[in-house]
Amino acid sequence: METFDSVILILASGLRLSVPLILACLAGLWSERSGVVDIGLEGKMLMGAFAGAVGALLTGSAYVGLLAGVGASILVSLVHGYAAINQRANQIVSGTAINMVCDGLTATIGAAIWSQGGRTPQIDSSALFNEITLPFADAVVGVPFLGPVYAHLISGHDIVTYVAFLAVPLTSWALYRTRFGLRLRAVGENPAAVDTAGISVVALRYAAVMICGVLVGLSGVYLSIAQAAYFQPHMSAGKGFIALAALVFAKWRPWQALATCLLFGLLDAASIRMQGVSFFGVGKVPVQAIQALPYVLTVILLAGFIGKAIPPKASGIPYVKER
Amino acid sequence: MSAPLKPLPRWADVALIPLLNVAAAFLISGLVVAVIGESPWQAVKLLIGGALGDLEGIGFTLYFATCFIFTGLAVAVCFHAGLFNIGVDGQAYIGGLGAALVALHFGFLPGPLLAIAAVVAAAVFGAAFAAIPGYLQAKRDSHIVITTIMFNYIASALMGYLLVYVFEVPGSNNPQSAPFPPASLVPHFFELLAPFGIVWPNTPFNVSFLLALLCAVGFWILIWRTRLGFEIRTLGANAPGAVYGGISPARVTIITTLISGALAAGLAVNVILGEEHRLILEFTSGFGFVGIAVALMGRAHPFGIVLASILFGILYQGGAELAFDMPKISRDMIVVIQGLVVLFAGALEHIFRAPLASLLVALARKPAPAEG
Repeated sequence: METFDSVILILASGLRLSVPLILACLAGLWSERSGVVDIGLEGKMLMGAFAGAVGALLTGSAYVGLLAGVGASILVSLVHGYAAINQRANQIVSGTAINMVCDGLTATIGAAIWSQGGRTPQIDSSALFNEITLPFADAVVGVPFLGPVYAHLISGHDIVTYVAFLAVPLTSWALYRTRFGLRLRAVGENPAAVDTAGISVVALRYAAVMICGVLVGLSGVYLSIAQAAYFQPHMSAGKGFIALAALVFAKWRPWQALATCLLFGLLDAASIRMQGVSFFGVGKVPVQAIQALPYVLTVILLAGFIGKAIPPKASGIPYVKER
Repeated sequence: MSAPLKPLPRWADVALIPLLNVAAAFLISGLVVAVIGESPWQAVKLLIGGALGDLEGIGFTLYFATCFIFTGLAVAVCFHAGLFNIGVDGQAYIGGLGAALVALHFGFLPGPLLAIAAVVAAAVFGAAFAAIPGYLQAKRDSHIVITTIMFNYIASALMGYLLVYVFEVPGSNNPQSAPFPPASLVPHFFELLAPFGIVWPNTPFNVSFLLALLCAVGFWILIWRTRLGFEIRTLGANAPGAVYGGISPARVTIITTLISGALAAGLAVNVILGEEHRLILEFTSGFGFVGIAVALMGRAHPFGIVLASILFGILYQGGAELAFDMPKISRDMIVVIQGLVVLFAGALEHIFRAPLASLLVALARKPAPAEG
């Protein structure tokens, strides 16, 4: 029973760690499916986290924080969209620039306002997204196996977590079951064909870039006012890039993205939990090995040793209407 | 918007457009400083005073510039082949591993041979680490941008492990190696100049700077005066054309990443062998990413890269002084400027082109003004 409980705890912690990955990964999915490569997820996540924390601090409301975080992230997305769509820029360069600017700007402004090296003051718990206990969670916790699963895995998360898990079927439905989704996927594969059909490539790509901004902004908001209760410089700690790896690993598909992010979140939880634990036959597994695993797995997948990851055909290529 | 861009005169293309782009980046940086509540003008004065005001400042500025020349060249050589190497930071980190292994274990080598061997080992390790994404791009069609990002994190995890479990001196709690023997070090300029009666304050500025300049010259010869350079540029400009001309894209891609990784390792030479004299955690300090800004600003030309590196050297050294004098401005402000330079010199490089072209046309129509 004790091992079962600790397994549940690791699963629950892995689930919490996977939430920002899921949101950011879906954000990247929307953008890249429309043909706009986005390596600026990390920067936008930071921007969302910072603006979210500032909003919550100033107004005392988590929802205002959420709006501020998502709004800031959309603004940054629009800069990337303008560079990628209107200016036909190299999207990798633009993403790199966004990562640098957001990383520097959030730290600089934070340090200038609060003089704590960029860290914001602790946010009051009334201005945070707190855990929601689903009905009967306390009543059924005693039920063997299913009780703890319901009480600790399904119940007891904040609203952003539920939104993240809801975003997966929504994304899948919108991409594969709606006219908008069909057009969006088409614009990422063959924009000229979409254009010939009289549909605006620019409008579709801007729509995708803005949806990307909303989702990745939410992941930032989750970091600062749901998971933690403050903003701290560089607090995304590479999660935007892990989300990017997960996106490649999931081959740009929503359900696979969910599975990959859960796996990567679980690996993260395990690496924290298994510090210094000896394994039968293997000895101590260094934390760094588990930390590097998502990246190694993604490289192996990219190299085509386990299946083949083929990006949307037109991703990264600016669309030129006429020559 | 979709009107074709008119060709600009050469002087506008080579000098005016890049200047306008960089000026826009600095203008917005000034705005950020003003929003924070400090005077941008005062900040610039403090920054330049801190970087160039005395020999000590200049020594630090050139030490930082050395880092950026290496990483800028590493990014630029890949640009010429149409590749985007974001992994310069990781490659430099692994280059440091090569330098440390030789410095600590090849003590039997006489005199300067040990230092030279350590430099070569750094280059070999950096090149090998860069060649894996290069190989995967060339032979397995894995996108080099994604793989080099992943390799940065893999390098970071690997070095973290090695420093804690392998290099750490028993009994110490610092994740760093034992100090390197003196014969393995790249000498500081202030030590070299002292016997000649020239007094230079104690700064990290070291002989790696000359190596960096040598690499810049070598870069120019390689890219514009050799067969391989021609192949690299052809691949970057027109990959199908390169194949038609009998160039093997796979071969050129792998060789280019090898060169890029070796250049990246110059950062390790400057920091590890030139200043720290031991292997330490995260010694690359993100300078591999500065290389992206430097390469874009210098338009992938070694002369431009050296100039841009000195400018960024001024920013990093002056920025440290500035953060000291103006507590409201943290060192992260430099990262903002760096990002804005990448944005305007890279992503939005054509933003002033169309307005400038129409302005020039309008000026040319008027009878009176002389030709610029």
